[in-house]
Amino acid sequence: MPEKFDVIVVGAGPAGTSCAYTCAKNGLNVLLIERGEFPGSKNVMGGILYRKQMEEVIPEFWKEAPLERPVIEQRFWFLDKESMVTTSYKDLEWGKEPCNNFTVLRAKFDKWFASKAVEQGATLINETVVTECIVDEEGKVIGVRTDRPDGDVYADVVVLCDGVNSLLAKKLGFHKEWKPEEVALTVMEVMKLPKKTINERFNVNDDQGVSIEIFGDATQGALGTGFLYTNKDSINIGVGTTLSGMIKKKMRPHHLLEYVKEHPMIQPYIEGAESLEYLAHLIPEGGYKAIPKLVGDGVIVAGDAAQLVNAIHREGSNMAMSSGKMAAETIMKAKELGEYTERVLDSYRTELYDSFIGKDLKKYKDTAHTFEEHPQYFEQYVPLMNRAMNTMFTVDGTAKWDKQKKIMKSFTEKRGKLGVAKDIYRAWRVVK
Amino acid sequence: MNILVCIKQVPDTKIIKVNPKTNTLDRSSAPAILNPYDAHAVEEAVRLKEVHGGKVTVLSMGPPQAKAAIKKCIEIGADEGYLISDRRFAGADTLATSYALFKAIQKMMNEQGVDLVLCGKHAIDGDTGQTGPGIARRMEIPPLTNVIKVEKVDTVANEIVVHRKIENGYERIQSTLPCLLTVEKEINQVAYSPLPNMLRAARYNPIIWTVDDLDEVDIKQLGLKGSPTIVGKMWPPEKSKGAELIEGDVKKQATEIVALVLSKQELFEVKGGE
Ligand SMILES: Cc1cc2nc3c(=O)[nH]c(=O)nc-3n(C[C@H](O)[C@H](O)[C@H](O)COP(=O)(O)OP(=O)(O)OC[C@H]3O[C@@H](n4cnc5c(N)ncnc54)[C@H](O)[C@@H]3O)c2cc1C
Ligand SMILES: Cc1cc2nc3c(=O)[nH]c(=O)nc-3n(C[C@H](O)[C@H](O)[C@H](O)COP(=O)(O)OP(=O)(O)OC[C@H]3O[C@@H](n4cnc5c(N)ncnc54)[C@H](O)[C@@H]3O)c2cc1C
Repeated sequence: MPEKFDVIVVGAGPAGTSCAYTCAKNGLNVLLIERGEFPGSKNVMGGILYRKQMEEVIPEFWKEAPLERPVIEQRFWFLDKESMVTTSYKDLEWGKEPCNNFTVLRAKFDKWFASKAVEQGATLINETVVTECIVDEEGKVIGVRTDRPDGDVYADVVVLCDGVNSLLAKKLGFHKEWKPEEVALTVMEVMKLPKKTINERFNVNDDQGVSIEIFGDATQGALGTGFLYTNKDSINIGVGTTLSGMIKKKMRPHHLLEYVKEHPMIQPYIEGAESLEYLAHLIPEGGYKAIPKLVGDGVIVAGDAAQLVNAIHREGSNMAMSSGKMAAETIMKAKELGEYTERVLDSYRTELYDSFIGKDLKKYKDTAHTFEEHPQYFEQYVPLMNRAMNTMFTVDGTAKWDKQKKIMKSFTEKRGKLGVAKDIYRAWRVVK
Repeated sequence: MNILVCIKQVPDTKIIKVNPKTNTLDRSSAPAILNPYDAHAVEEAVRLKEVHGGKVTVLSMGPPQAKAAIKKCIEIGADEGYLISDRRFAGADTLATSYALFKAIQKMMNEQGVDLVLCGKHAIDGDTGQTGPGIARRMEIPPLTNVIKVEKVDTVANEIVVHRKIENGYERIQSTLPCLLTVEKEINQVAYSPLPNMLRAARYNPIIWTVDDLDEVDIKQLGLKGSPTIVGKMWPPEKSKGAELIEGDVKKQATEIVALVLSKQELFEVKGGE
C-alpha cells in the first residue's frame, strides 16, 4: 500500500525547503523530494541571499548557516569597451549582525537548509525525480508519481517547487512553455582565489563582501547583466541575458562569459583565479504578467516554478522562500478546515499578490519588456555616458561650458531631442 | 537465512586529489560514498533473501558520518544496519579492522545466527582485499573470494555453490554454510531502489555500538595499537601515457592498426607516409 503524507513538496531549493521546514515545524507529516544527489547539488545562483526572508523561516540562521561573506558594498558598473562609469554604496553597518544580505554557495547552503527541515521532522529523499502529479477523476491532485519502482506516493496536498522550467505545473496545464523573452539564460563560474587576494582586490577584510552588477558591454548591449560576487575564498562571475536577446544578437552564452572574463576592466579582478565550477541556468524573468495559475485542487505552485523573480533587483531566492512559507501557512489553515480544494487554497494566491512579491512584480511589470523593445538603453546610453565622462574629465583646454554643450549634442545626435525626452520619460514610467 | 554484509564508507577515488606535499589523500576533495563493491554485496544479499527468506544486516566500522553509507544499504534493501564507532577503533589496519568487525559479529551472533557473510572484493581506498578473509579466519569459516555468481544455496543441507573469478575463466566451488564471500562487480547490477526503500532509509537510524558495547574485547588489538602495518612511503601512481586515437573508416583504422603493430615489432617499416 503506497504511503500517504499530509504534504508532498517537490524540489529542495529555497522555495521547497522553506515550505517543508514550516510544515514540519507545525507538526505536519511532510515528504520533500529532490532529484539531485543532495539538495543544492545542481542549483545555481549568483549568490546573494537576503537576510530578511530567510530569517522569517529560521530566526538567526546566520549563526549557523554556511554563508560566505556579508555584503557591505554594492557596486554598479556601466561598462564600455575601455572605460566605465561606476557608482557604489558601502555601509559598514551591513557587516555587523544581523547584516543585510550574504553571498552563498548554493551547493552548501541548500544542503544545510534541507538538513534543518529534516531536523524539524520532514522526510527528505534525494536522487528521485517526480515525473507527474497523480490526479483523480475529479481533477484533484492526490499525490505524485516518481521514476522509482513502486514510485507512487500520496498526500492531501502537493506543493510544486521544481524550479524555473516546472514540467509538473506544465503537465497540469497551469502554464505554457515560456517564451524566449520570459526567461534569461545565465552562465557563471566559481573561481578559486586566496582570501587575502580577494581582500586586497576588493578592498575588504575577511568578514566583508562585495557585490558588483555590470551593465552595458558585459552583455555587449543585450538586455541583461553581468555580476561579480566575493565568497570566502572564491568568486562568482557570471553573465546573463534574455533568451530572446541572445537569439537576436546570435550570441553563445559561454562566449559571452569568456568575453566578460577577458574584459580589460574585469580581468584584473580574476587574474590567476582557478575555475572550480561552470554552471548554466535559466532565470524566469517574465515577471508579473507571466505568473501562471498558482493553485488547484490539492496543489500549490511556489518559487521559480511560479515565475516569482524580480529581475531588476536580482531577487529570486527570497521570493522563493516567502512563497514557500506562505504555501505552508495556507496548508495549515486548510488542514484545520479539513479541505484542500482550490477554493480554500486560493488564500495563498491572494496573500502572495498582497505581499511584497505581488507588489514588486507589479511595479516592474513593464520594465523588462520596455527595455527589450527599446534596446537604446543598454546599447546606446551606456557608451554615451562613458563618452560624456571622457569629454568632461579629459583636460584638453576646452572650456567646461563647451564640453557640456558637446555632451548634450552627442546625446541628441544619437537619439534626437524628442527621442531623449521620450527615453527619459519612458524609463521613469516603467520603474516609478 | 541470516546474511551479514560488511560495508565501508570510502572517499570517491575517481575524483579524489592527492596532496602533493604529503602524498596522502585529501579526503575533503571527494565526497564519501559506499564502497562500490559493497553495494553489490548488499544487492546480492537482498536477492538471496528474496528467494530464501530471512534477514539482511549490514555492519560497518567508521566515524559517525558512515551512517550515510548504512542508509544507502537500507535503500538497496537491507533490513538493519550497525555502525561500530569509537575513537579507540581509529587508525586500524586490516588486522585491527577485521578484529573489531569480528567482535561485533560475535555479539550479533548471540542474538541471532549468521548463515552467510558478504564483503566487497576490496575497498577502493585501502585496496588490500584483506578484511574479508581476515574476518573469515577469525570466525573459522571458509572464505570464498572474488565471487561472480551464487549458483545455488541449499539452506537444508547448509551448502552453497559459487563461481570464483580466476585468470582465464571461473572456478565452480561448493562450500558448507556458514561461509564468507567477497564479491566482484560482475555478480549483479545494483537495482534502482524502489520508493518504499527510499522512504524507509530516509527515516532509518543505524544502531551505533562503541567498544563498550562489545564483549570481551582485547583493547590492545584495536585501532593504531593493534595495527602492525607500517606505511613506508606513499606516492600517487604514475598517470598512464595518453592513448593514440586512430580515426577514419573501419578499413583505414584496421590498416593503420596492423601497420602500427607490425612496425612496433620491427616487421614492417612505414615509408613516405603511406
Ligand atoms: C545565475 C543566477 C544568478 C542568480 N542570482 C540570484 C541572486 O543573487 N539572488 C537571488 O535571490 N536570486 C538569484 N537568482 C534566482 C534564484 O536562484 C532563484 O530564484 C531561486 O533559486 C528559486 O528557488 P526555487 O526553490 O524556486 O527553485 P530552485 O532553486 O531552482 O530549486 C528547484 C529544485 O527542484 C528540484 N527539482 C526540479 N524538478 C524536479 C523534479 N521533477 N523532481 C524532483 N526534484 C526536482 C531541483 O533539483 C532543485 O533542487 C539567480 C539565478 C541564477 C540562475
Ligand atoms: C597504519 C594504518 C592506519 C590506518 N588508519 C586509518 C584511519 O584512521 N581511518 C580510516 O578510515 N582508515 C585507516 N586505515 C585504512 C583502513 O583501516 C583500511 O582501509 C581497512 O583496514 C580496510 O582495508 P582496505 O581498505 O584495504 O579494505 P579491503 O580489505 O580491501 O576491504 C574489503 C572489504 O572488507 C570490508 N571492509 C573493509 N573495511 C571495512 C570497515 N571499516 N567496516 C566494514 N567493512 C569493511 C568491506 O566489505 C570491503 O569491501 C589505515 C590503514 C593503515 C595501514
